[in-house]
Amino acid sequence: MHRTWAIIERELRRFRRSPMLIVMSLVMPIVQLIVLGYAFGGQVKHLRVGLVDQDHGVPAVRLHELSNAVASNAQTFTPQMYNDLGTALGDLRNGRLNGVLAIPPDFSRRMLVGSNPRVALIEDNTDNFVSASLAGAYSGLITSYNQPVASGQRTGTQTSLDVVEMYPYVPYIQYLLPGSIVMSIFMMVMIGGGIIFVDDKARGLHEGYLVTPITRLELILGFNLSGAIKAVLAGLVLMTIGSLIAGVPNPFEPLRLLRMFVVIVVTAVALVSMMFLFMVRVNDPLIPRATFGVLNTFLYFPSGAVYPTQAFPGWMRAISKIDPFTYAVHALKSLVLKNTGFGAIGLDLLFLALFSLASMTLATKLFRRTL
Amino acid sequence: MPAAIDVMHIVRKFDDFTAVDDISFTVRRGEIFGLLGPNGAGKSTLIRMLTTLIPPTSGTAEVDGIDVVRDPNGVRKVIGVIPQALTSDLELSVYENLLIFAKLYGVPRENRNKLIAGLLESVELTQWASEPVKKLSGGMRRRVEIARGLVHSPRVLFLDEPTTGLDPVSRAAVWEMVKKVKEQHELTVLLTTHYMDEADSWCDRIAIVDHGRLMALDSPLRLKASIPGTNTIEASFGSAPADWTEQLASLAGVERVTGDAHVARIATDNGPETTTAMFAAAAEAGVSVLSLAVESTTLDDVFVHYTGRQLRDALQEPSAADRSIMINRGR
Repeated sequence: MHRTWAIIERELRRFRRSPMLIVMSLVMPIVQLIVLGYAFGGQVKHLRVGLVDQDHGVPAVRLHELSNAVASNAQTFTPQMYNDLGTALGDLRNGRLNGVLAIPPDFSRRMLVGSNPRVALIEDNTDNFVSASLAGAYSGLITSYNQPVASGQRTGTQTSLDVVEMYPYVPYIQYLLPGSIVMSIFMMVMIGGGIIFVDDKARGLHEGYLVTPITRLELILGFNLSGAIKAVLAGLVLMTIGSLIAGVPNPFEPLRLLRMFVVIVVTAVALVSMMFLFMVRVNDPLIPRATFGVLNTFLYFPSGAVYPTQAFPGWMRAISKIDPFTYAVHALKSLVLKNTGFGAIGLDLLFLALFSLASMTLATKLFRRTL
Repeated sequence: MPAAIDVMHIVRKFDDFTAVDDISFTVRRGEIFGLLGPNGAGKSTLIRMLTTLIPPTSGTAEVDGIDVVRDPNGVRKVIGVIPQALTSDLELSVYENLLIFAKLYGVPRENRNKLIAGLLESVELTQWASEPVKKLSGGMRRRVEIARGLVHSPRVLFLDEPTTGLDPVSRAAVWEMVKKVKEQHELTVLLTTHYMDEADSWCDRIAIVDHGRLMALDSPLRLKASIPGTNTIEASFGSAPADWTEQLASLAGVERVTGDAHVARIATDNGPETTTAMFAAAAEAGVSVLSLAVESTTLDDVFVHYTGRQLRDALQEPSAADRSIMINRGR
């Protein structure tokens, strides 16, 4: 028994003298509690809805007003007026809108003659949480629209809401796939650009480079391009295997594969630059290992990979705004779930490119050619 | 023709701590020059300044006539550096390790294979060329690193603790290899070590460094001759009289006698003379000499003389090798 105590004593003494391990073992569950706690199940808000009024009659205007009232109270959605349905549907397809409420030309007439007036809610249903919230909000709105008002001027004609889904049903596994592709890129970057990079530095391998006539730029490019190549390979493997597992329709459509390849390359460069910035001055091999989990939690969950960002509290939406995962996940979701073109993901690619540029510039400034 | 290495009043400070304090020396072409000193003496800082890894705070250093601060890339082209930690890629083969470094040094494609083949022959690893480095023993890995440091035909080779952690047979093999490549490639070699016996037998000249200062610099032979007391005689005696130790103390050249009349240690500044006198005295007194050993002064004695302390007493920083063990243990 004495010998057992000797082992226990040794382990506890060592544990006490590694404050980093103690802190990280406590920080990780707390971070997960907070981030995951707010990442799931929040109320979806601030959805963008295009309102197309082809009728302009008084009953239609009443519908706008009600819509604006709901928007300013519950804040589930923000209506935006469109003059023609084509533009609104175009924006819906490109992801600028979450839904379009169309009031048809004969809405007021049908209302007055009591002949079954209808409005249509056309939804981007690639996010089931978003589309269910939107449909719920509008069916509540139509219900209150149908309530007789105090003056008794209404005839009792009931307006009905037709919900039209733009895309086939998206199973959750397909919804998760873009996040998993980005995660595979991140993992490779974390291992190659984080853990191995710092280990090599600590083992003195980088000294081997520094005594050769290699320039600073060549060295930085070498580290980052090798990391990016590995990360792209990981992303491509997950794209292929993941698409088959998740049952993505037409998984090998060449044009979409090409677009996804571009997104994966841009994402890999962005994440490699970010990791290089984080690790450029780190010499302790424990640090990348200790920060791995926390970094992963902070990047993955607020990105909208598992739940829509519209359901997050303000602070988490702020994280998602600067999180490169958000833009990579959004771009890949557009391609995988909606098969859009570059038009729908241009802003994502632009953000990732600027993010890479900023990280790489800062990291290059911090990088030392000497020990 | 400039000296292989010319160091003038070089200083390196880390905040308030002066790691290298105004050191000057010259390394001649073609010699094996040893830097001897405990860990923390400033040897590594000195070697890192000479290999352009850290800039000096003041003073200058030239390698092959090229200033390490003004033209670091010029220096990098003419030096080969073999760091203390074994840093070859374990997953890559011996050949691949050399190939990558040939590319890093910009060795033209048409010369690479011939050069690598020649180097592998020099370090006797030709038959292991396609084996992954992880299959090789410590001594063989060190030889891979030596070949790696020579892949661009440098003129000056720096080795930091080349034999640390190796068994005695491998250590001898590494030294023979260093000597051989030095001659084959007409190199100048600067190395650090804390094995006194190795420095003694393999270095042409030795600089003793302690607390960042150069304490002594000369050939091993002259360093040993420069300190008082050159030999120790250890002998055991049969039928020695009671005053035998006093008699021993009065012999020619004897500085001190320790032990007793049966087993005595005699410190002398002239071993042969004292030994002869001791035999004469023993014959006269009827004492029989049962065993005898005459030891020369070692570099250990030189080191103690110049630094006032034993090499082993220095507090150690964790080495890169220790750190990699910590990594492997997942700490």
